[in-house]
Amino acid sequence: MKKFRVFVWKEFIHIWRDKRTLTILLSMPAILIILFGFAITNEINDAPIGIYDKSKDELTSKITSNIINSGYFKLEEIIKSDDEIIDVFKKGRIKMIIIYESDFESNLTKFNTANIQIISDATDPNVANTLVNYAKSLVNNFIMIEYNISPNFKIDVKMRYNTEMKGSFLFVPGLITILMMLIGAMMTALSLTREHEFGSMEYLLTSPLNSYMIIFAKLIPYLLIALFDIIVILILGTVVFGVIIQGSLLLLMFECLLFIIMSLSLGLLISTVSKSQQVALMISLMGLMLPTILLSDFIFPVSNMPQWLQFITNFIPARWFNTIIKSVMLKGAGIGNIINETLYICGFIVLFLGLSIFNFKERLD
Amino acid sequence: MRNLFIILKKEFTQIFRDKVMSRMIIMMPIVQLLLLAHAATFDIKNISLLIVDNDNSTFSSEFIAKFNGNNYFITHWNYGNQKLAESKLMEGSIDLYIEIPNGFEKNLLTSQESGVHVTVNAIDGAKAGLAMFYSNSVVNELINSFSRNKGYININQKFINIEYSHWFNPELNYTTFMVPGILVLLVSMIGLFLSSMNIVREKEIGTLEQLNVTPIKKSELLLGKLLPFWFIALFELGFGLILAKVFFDIPMEGSLWLLFAISAIYLTVILGIGLFISTITSTQQQAMLFTWFFSVIFILLSGLFTAIENMPYWAQVLTEFNPVKYYMQSTRMIMLKGSAYDDISVFIYKLTAFSIVINSLAILLYRKR
Repeated sequence: MKKFRVFVWKEFIHIWRDKRTLTILLSMPAILIILFGFAITNEINDAPIGIYDKSKDELTSKITSNIINSGYFKLEEIIKSDDEIIDVFKKGRIKMIIIYESDFESNLTKFNTANIQIISDATDPNVANTLVNYAKSLVNNFIMIEYNISPNFKIDVKMRYNTEMKGSFLFVPGLITILMMLIGAMMTALSLTREHEFGSMEYLLTSPLNSYMIIFAKLIPYLLIALFDIIVILILGTVVFGVIIQGSLLLLMFECLLFIIMSLSLGLLISTVSKSQQVALMISLMGLMLPTILLSDFIFPVSNMPQWLQFITNFIPARWFNTIIKSVMLKGAGIGNIINETLYICGFIVLFLGLSIFNFKERLD
Repeated sequence: MRNLFIILKKEFTQIFRDKVMSRMIIMMPIVQLLLLAHAATFDIKNISLLIVDNDNSTFSSEFIAKFNGNNYFITHWNYGNQKLAESKLMEGSIDLYIEIPNGFEKNLLTSQESGVHVTVNAIDGAKAGLAMFYSNSVVNELINSFSRNKGYININQKFINIEYSHWFNPELNYTTFMVPGILVLLVSMIGLFLSSMNIVREKEIGTLEQLNVTPIKKSELLLGKLLPFWFIALFELGFGLILAKVFFDIPMEGSLWLLFAISAIYLTVILGIGLFISTITSTQQQAMLFTWFFSVIFILLSGLFTAIENMPYWAQVLTEFNPVKYYMQSTRMIMLKGSAYDDISVFIYKLTAFSIVINSLAILLYRKR
């Protein structure tokens, strides 16, 4: 046991010496959570739009100022002719153009109806859709108030589990999975492959310690860093973004630990199949990073994906972990509700460790 | 000049001799485009809806039928079992439920105040917002047509007819938006990771010292090391464009030459950043971590998933220093809108400036070591 402790200590010193790496590893959760929490938002505000007012009467200018004052839009371009429209869009800034027909107000007085045309830049379809709908409801509301038409019908909406529709409920679990993939899988894969590449693994394995113990000793510092990062994310999530942990904290930490062990075994597996660090990096990047971000229900909902792709997500551990952590944190689920997902993670651990041991033995022979 | 060719030849042989590497170079665009373009979708379809009908009237069944016929929703209903709806929402098997109150039809017919209750699972705020929006517009449409048919709305009421059209992507196809973005991601990641890990590799193994004592000039060495990745990344772009055309029918409205020209300039920026990371790190693990760190920030602030206009002011200022943003915008503009040189010249100037600054910085640092 004393030998084992010496080995762990050696790894710690190794990481401790490399101050830059350590700084990045420890500050990453804070920086990412701030970026995700504040900068990555789908809320619309101050979207740059253009107005093409062919009528220029009192009513159109009232509607325009009503639209601009809503805070969703910012008037950036006054358009004066039809030809200008396409040029304005090609320059790229303007997302939407609102066109009032000529004689707008007098049409409304005479015929009780007047026309508005909205053109959106739909290269980003979601933004286009949202902007058009905001504009439509702003105009409709304005007319209702202006002409005193009150609807006798109300839709009362409740947003359950996330009343203010904050994004933090999604990115806190998502960030944990990404960082675990980075620290658990990529960093360990590279650090172990390095020993192989330089041949120092052979030296280590001839030492009096059991070869599994040596590998184990190499993993422990990364496990602790990963645990530290998870705690930082949870604290920042609660304190800064007001995510309340509904379920048991103990259960949450247990599941996190399980996921860290899963990532470490994955890193181990990658290191046993790659000859150079470059290869290990490419495998981790291709096989882990992008699928973890894109197929784990983190940014893009799995339920929107085509069936065959939904099936593939079953093989992404992060997807199961995302469900677990969301249920425990946000819905207050107990172990009974998430037993299936937990077993999946355990299954992945067994699979990755088994394969690594198999590869490792083969390599030594 | 001859030396340069020798290094180039050596580098290319090294890359293509490595089976994993050469396979990755071919497989990466295929996997990324085919897989990710399908995954990265905000197209909200198949919203799972439960209608709790407490009224059991003609109009409430009309209401259910209307949702049943709508493509966005998978609709179920029951009579008056709100508890079941609540537990299904908790399980996550439905996204929202609508409760029709008792006396719904009667109140509507007698013009008394009436309404429905909508409860949405809002853990995914973006999806919840859209689900709410779609369901509200179906309900509003239904109520309007009901009122008009029954003659409760005054024909003389003022009414503004709003027509809209979505340009450049009339079917609001999300892949059309994402595929150019994924191409940008592909080109950037390939260029950045390969270049940042290459020189540091020689350093780590100790062969950089050997190269330094050969008659090869430092400039030749750097060019010889970086040029292969420049070619590979441009090759990936071309390959990716073909895949985008064949599998997703993504339009190429603008000039292909312009796209390649700006890509060539952009790649010098990316390779410069790679070189910079290479010079300030001493192991591949360090280089990988630095590269990962920067690329995550660059990608998040590039407008790939979320529009830059929506970001808070300080974040928008940060994006001004993000080369990926300029390349992302110009690629989308050229491919989807057919923007010409005049429209994106500002981006080209900015990228050129970035390239000069980062490369001089990297070379200066490299010389010092």
